[in-house]
Amino acid sequence: MFRATLKSLLARKVRLILSGLAVVLGVMFVSGAFVLTDTLGRSFDQVFADAYEGVDVNVSAKPKVAVGETEGEQVTAPVPGAVLQQVRGVPGVAEATGVVASDGALLIGSNGKAVTSFGPPQLGENWLGEDDVVKLREGREPRADTEIVVNAALAQAAKVKVGDRVGVLTLAPRQNFTLVGVFGYSGGRDSVGGVNEVAFTTPVAQQLMLGKKDTFTNIRVRAADGVDDAALRDDVARALGDGYQVRTGAQESAAASAGLKEGLSFFNKVLLGFAAVALLVGTFLILNTFSIIVAQRTRELALMRAIGASGRQIVGSVVLEAVAIGLVASVLGLGAGIGVGALLAYLFGKLAGGLTLAGLGVPAAAVIGAFAVGLVITVVAALLPALRAARIPPIAAMQDVATPDRPLTRVTVGGALVTAVGAVLLFLGLTDNAGDRTLPTILGGVLFTFIGVALLTPLISRPVVTLLGSLFAWSVPGKLGRLNSGRNPRRTAITAAALMVGIALVTGVTVILDSAKGSITRLAQDRISAELVIAGPQGGPRPPSFDPAVLERAAAIPGVALVDGEYGDLAVVNGEKTFVGASSDPTALTRVFGAKRVAGDISRLGPDQMLFSADTAKSRGVQVGQQVTVQPSRGEARTYTVSGIYESSQLTNPAVVPVAAAKDFRIPKPIQGYVQLAPGARVADVQPQLDRLLADSPEVSVADRDAFIKQQTSQLDTPLTMIQILLALAIVIAVLGIVNTLALSVLERTRELGLLRAIGLRRAQTMGMITVEAVVISVFGALLGVVVGTGLGAAVVRALKDEGITDLVLPWGRMGVFLLLAAIVGVVAAVVPAIRAARINVLGAIAHD
Amino acid sequence: MTATVGRQAGAAARADDVWKVYGSGEAQVVALRGVTAEFERGRFTAIMGPSGSGKSTLMHCLAGLDSVTRGTVSIGETMVTGLGDAGLTKLRRDKVGFIFQQFNLLPTLTAQENILLPLSIAGRRPDPAWYDTVIDTVGLRDRLGHRPAQLSGGQQQRVACARALVARPEVIFADEPTGNLDSRSGAEVLAFLRDSVRAHGQTIVMVTHDPTAAAYADRVVFLADGQIVSELTEPTAETVLDTMKKLDTAAEVTR
Repeated sequence: MFRATLKSLLARKVRLILSGLAVVLGVMFVSGAFVLTDTLGRSFDQVFADAYEGVDVNVSAKPKVAVGETEGEQVTAPVPGAVLQQVRGVPGVAEATGVVASDGALLIGSNGKAVTSFGPPQLGENWLGEDDVVKLREGREPRADTEIVVNAALAQAAKVKVGDRVGVLTLAPRQNFTLVGVFGYSGGRDSVGGVNEVAFTTPVAQQLMLGKKDTFTNIRVRAADGVDDAALRDDVARALGDGYQVRTGAQESAAASAGLKEGLSFFNKVLLGFAAVALLVGTFLILNTFSIIVAQRTRELALMRAIGASGRQIVGSVVLEAVAIGLVASVLGLGAGIGVGALLAYLFGKLAGGLTLAGLGVPAAAVIGAFAVGLVITVVAALLPALRAARIPPIAAMQDVATPDRPLTRVTVGGALVTAVGAVLLFLGLTDNAGDRTLPTILGGVLFTFIGVALLTPLISRPVVTLLGSLFAWSVPGKLGRLNSGRNPRRTAITAAALMVGIALVTGVTVILDSAKGSITRLAQDRISAELVIAGPQGGPRPPSFDPAVLERAAAIPGVALVDGEYGDLAVVNGEKTFVGASSDPTALTRVFGAKRVAGDISRLGPDQMLFSADTAKSRGVQVGQQVTVQPSRGEARTYTVSGIYESSQLTNPAVVPVAAAKDFRIPKPIQGYVQLAPGARVADVQPQLDRLLADSPEVSVADRDAFIKQQTSQLDTPLTMIQILLALAIVIAVLGIVNTLALSVLERTRELGLLRAIGLRRAQTMGMITVEAVVISVFGALLGVVVGTGLGAAVVRALKDEGITDLVLPWGRMGVFLLLAAIVGVVAAVVPAIRAARINVLGAIAHD
Repeated sequence: MTATVGRQAGAAARADDVWKVYGSGEAQVVALRGVTAEFERGRFTAIMGPSGSGKSTLMHCLAGLDSVTRGTVSIGETMVTGLGDAGLTKLRRDKVGFIFQQFNLLPTLTAQENILLPLSIAGRRPDPAWYDTVIDTVGLRDRLGHRPAQLSGGQQQRVACARALVARPEVIFADEPTGNLDSRSGAEVLAFLRDSVRAHGQTIVMVTHDPTAAAYADRVVFLADGQIVSELTEPTAETVLDTMKKLDTAAEVTR
């Protein structure tokens, strides 16, 4: 029995490889994710271990606002210079160094543009001299306050050389310095982990990066010989008292690495998400392949039953085949995953600018995950066909038992039920009724909906396939192809369903993002009354900002009626983190953003007053007249009186404080500027003048309102493109499914094809017939996907109504592209099976049994 | 001539007032109308009849492949009627062998593997002496490593016969075993079936419509319109043909 199974497996290798490919891809994603995370994680550990080498104890101040991983960068509270003296006085301290190192120093390159990194910080720091790691390559250290040195990678990116006058953007607007030196790192590196560094003299670094003289970001301590790090840490902590965070170098390194790894785990989840999609599609594919194989082997399986095999043995033999495929697919997938993980780690290292990769690691989780996923998926998918195989009556060995098309009632009822469960889960998840389990509930809902719709597909396929096929009914091969695609509704359905999953996800995401874009655009067009807007590209770790002096000068341009600069910060308001804004012109809230009053007075703002949006006021229980404490990123907390509440909208901040508070914001410079023109003034006259004012603020530019809206909403294009590319993989797998189904159909109909050829169907016509069948199936799948995806997307958009996505925008153009793409996919999938069909030997085929 | 068949304690297979009805209403077809028959141990019985007479149905019912609408079927001491799937599986494993018109060999297995398949399914080891006897009887020793596709039709059917014989079942049912063979290969297979009955006491029930094939049997049972209408013992091709002709005329007269 065992041998019979294996032999039959070997006889069908091509088919099984084709269906196993889907599992290989899924497993590849799973193991690739684990390998990547492991390799990068250990690389980060190494980077930070290097960075904290020679630091026995580190002292920093507790941050004013503790920022979460997704809320932007952490602003560290400065450590006063007096603390440095205090630390030096602690027994056991051999050496204590005051360090200034803070993100947000942008070097302006020789082309006038600020050099930005994608992710890694751009540190502004005080020059601490050369050490084991840092080595000057050219020039000398900065001695005067007008001198700086930069790391080699940054000098290259900015195309500047020693002796140049270069501009630097910091907390302060542009200031110019002389570049007196370029430094590199041990091992010939130009950068560590892609970080750009600009080193000033200590007082300049303190002023520009921390905004306060005689303060440091942290203090590095070297222990005297024979003094234990942990003991010294405790001594220093005791000496400094509360308010300071004292940790050993090892602790700091682990904490810094952990922070990055958290970001990495998000990446990991994304990869695993795509693995899930690939495996879902793969499940359909395997289910289908096994169904077909079982159907083809009916006679053989019946023979087994006739000569004494039990139903259980038949199930066993089919499941055994599945296990074998699963094992092979897992091994291949694991191998491919290790390769993909290594490749991604390499690319990541390159992008991050010289992250030295630790050796490739294959964690146990990658291996276990690969085999668990590969085996479980394959066996689960094969179970249904296996059970069906066990029901084949032994008498089928002797006669062509016409297995009548089982009625679709049970499948349809089951499909309706599963779809209903999916819909309920989606409803619960989207209406916030699922508590903490919102995401799993929504994902479960999507999964159930897919399975449910897949079960309903056979029923839907009849009318839809007939309709689609009638497009081709003008030719005989077209007609035959159409009839063939309607011949086995279950097989057509499950093949189409595999394609549906990918297309539905792409469509759903497109609907959501397009709706978000559409809603924001409409709101902005309705509400924002400013002809010109100053802003830069969003989406980076820190928003672009500009010199506040531009605001006053802009107001002086003839024809300008109002200029407003907008500041923002994540602050702690009454103990809760809240995004607060500040406007240089307090009337802008009503005059530029069209905010509507709910309570109090929102048209002005006194120096001790603040405003809340209605939603925030409600959730915090804040009322007009109440006292509220606001702790911005820097400086001290302040108490304000709530003087007004305005209607919430996407365009307004949750809370507004006077502009005087902005000096303590994370970025004490305006991040957007809005310019209203006087009646009769022309945009074309004012815009060039504004442009000139912004010459020293290269991060931002002036655009008219519509261009600004477009620029802002285009942020959503990048994630959309990325998701589309990754989901394209699911579609590729589905194409394999179509190829598979067609190849099997051709095989099954060898005799019939021979007959058609014998009575005069030409080769080209035969190929046409197969192609039509493929196109009908794939367009059907795409159609289903577009419909289901639109439904899912619309449901999410509906649920996000309160978040400001008010308009449902259906991407008709893109949907059309998907359908067209599906037609092309059908043609491509048909190529090989069609050629095979056309090559069938007429005589041989008729004699074929 | 009566259609009564003598009752013996040693019957290998027995049908008792077996009715088989397919479909219902307009589409109803009565394939068997109260057939009672016994097939003695160690004998070669042929079931004959024109197309649609119910001969194949009778065999399927006897073998437990098809259920009966009314009446009972037993093989040896086992009552087949009423057995569940597990019981039927066990019956097929231990008591019944099949030979099909289409040979029905697994294309992926060699001749030897095909022959041993029923035993390996049942998890039994072949009796080496008996296995050698069977292989020598069918004359396939030099063909054991070949795949079915590399064998002629007659050789394939001999492999199928060996497969049925090797498990030493209570009874072997053969369904038109020579239907797909030329007359020479057919004669070889039939002679070989007869020898296995004579020499080894195997019980064989064969369905056929070929008088020459039926002549190899010890006894022929004739079916028409779902009923046993006649029987012959020690038949020759001529006597079988005569009986068939008579049945045809009788059928025409009653029409």
